[in-house]
Amino acid sequence: MAYKFDFGAIVPHWQLLFDGVILTTELTVIGAVVGVGLGIMGAWARASRAPVISQIVGVYVELIRNTPFLVQLFFIFFGLPALGVKLTEFQAAVLAMIVNLGAYSTEIIRAGILAIPQGQIEAAQSLAMNRVQIFRYVVILPALKKIWPALSSQIVIVMLGSSVCSQIAAEELTFGANYIQALNFRAFEVYFVVTGLYLVMSILLRMGLKVLGNFLFERRRHV
Amino acid sequence: MSEFTLWDIVYNLLLAARWTVLLSLTAFVLGGLVGLLLLMVRTAGNPWGIRLVRGYVELFQGTPLLMQLFIVFFGLPLIGIDVSPWIAATLGLTLFTSAFLTEIWRGCVESVGKGQWEASASLGMNFTQQMRYIVLPQALRIAVPPTVGFSVQVVKGTAVASIIGFVELTKAGTMITNATYAPFTVYGCVAVMYFLICYPLSLFARHLEGKFRHVAR
Repeated sequence: MAYKFDFGAIVPHWQLLFDGVILTTELTVIGAVVGVGLGIMGAWARASRAPVISQIVGVYVELIRNTPFLVQLFFIFFGLPALGVKLTEFQAAVLAMIVNLGAYSTEIIRAGILAIPQGQIEAAQSLAMNRVQIFRYVVILPALKKIWPALSSQIVIVMLGSSVCSQIAAEELTFGANYIQALNFRAFEVYFVVTGLYLVMSILLRMGLKVLGNFLFERRRHV
Repeated sequence: MSEFTLWDIVYNLLLAARWTVLLSLTAFVLGGLVGLLLLMVRTAGNPWGIRLVRGYVELFQGTPLLMQLFIVFFGLPLIGIDVSPWIAATLGLTLFTSAFLTEIWRGCVESVGKGQWEASASLGMNFTQQMRYIVLPQALRIAVPPTVGFSVQVVKGTAVASIIGFVELTKAGTMITNATYAPFTVYGCVAVMYFLICYPLSLFARHLEGKFRHVAR
């Protein structure tokens, strides 16, 4: 059967896709910033050798890394209201992304911290820096620099993973795609276009993170 | 609502979990075969082949798995190919798995020293022989831990198949939730079951990493 492509059928609905791109971007930016922040705290807790906190963080990391994002999302959105925590679709989606990225970035950043030569930390101690200062000035930036590519890939994965947030009716890009598909049954066209949009977004995101990495890690070298 | 005991929930989820395992295995095996094929194309060194595989990997790593499933599941029927959720899920996950495995294995092949290729070429081996006798046996040992580690991603990826209506663990969880109105318990159980499947794989991968560390050097 010959199939006639009709990409024109998408054009009237461009606004939906545009809004979807915006929302996906919002989810990603908030999820990435807070998630990596959580990851830095988690990595610090795991590296700090305070046994109880380290173990709690360890359980969190393993739980999240060994269950699907979709189930985490459902648990947060459908399950938490049973405990009296009621979240909007957007809040649930963002929270799921933060919790998910937090766990992965904890492990990634921890690997970076472990790769910092012990002598650097001892040198900082001999300069009478306290633990917070050491972490802030000596450990975290070189650690992040080492693992920046891995962290960037993980952020891209989380951005792509956000497409399942359409399942709790968060109106991101995939939600828009499904809506248009339901209106005109132009599945091929809609999903091709949206897949293309995701591809562009992931390429742009990777480039953006690279630029951010250069800004964060290269510039300071000359200061 | 009252006729569902916790055991009923767990029992029905266990039944559905078989499909998660089966889908994971199928996708992993098929994805591995396709990945191996792509790896051959990639390492054979034909510039068009390299470009093709690179584009393939970029496409499937740079787009959501859900979109890939949607295109297969909603798209193919439009051109007259009817696909069941099982076929669509298998196909989508195979594409996804093969792209990632190709990329993982490429790194492993590249970590085999260039001198090994040159030495075997100087012995008059052709590409197939070099691969078969020299490079793959070495690359394989390096590849085992990350490959086992990636299997966790495949298992978790199967959850997305629930969205196109394939009844595996996550979909069963949604259906049982609709019947019991106990989302906290049901999704909690679902999460625990995924964990029970994935965590041993993670531990095994980590164990292998430790074991192979001295080999890789």
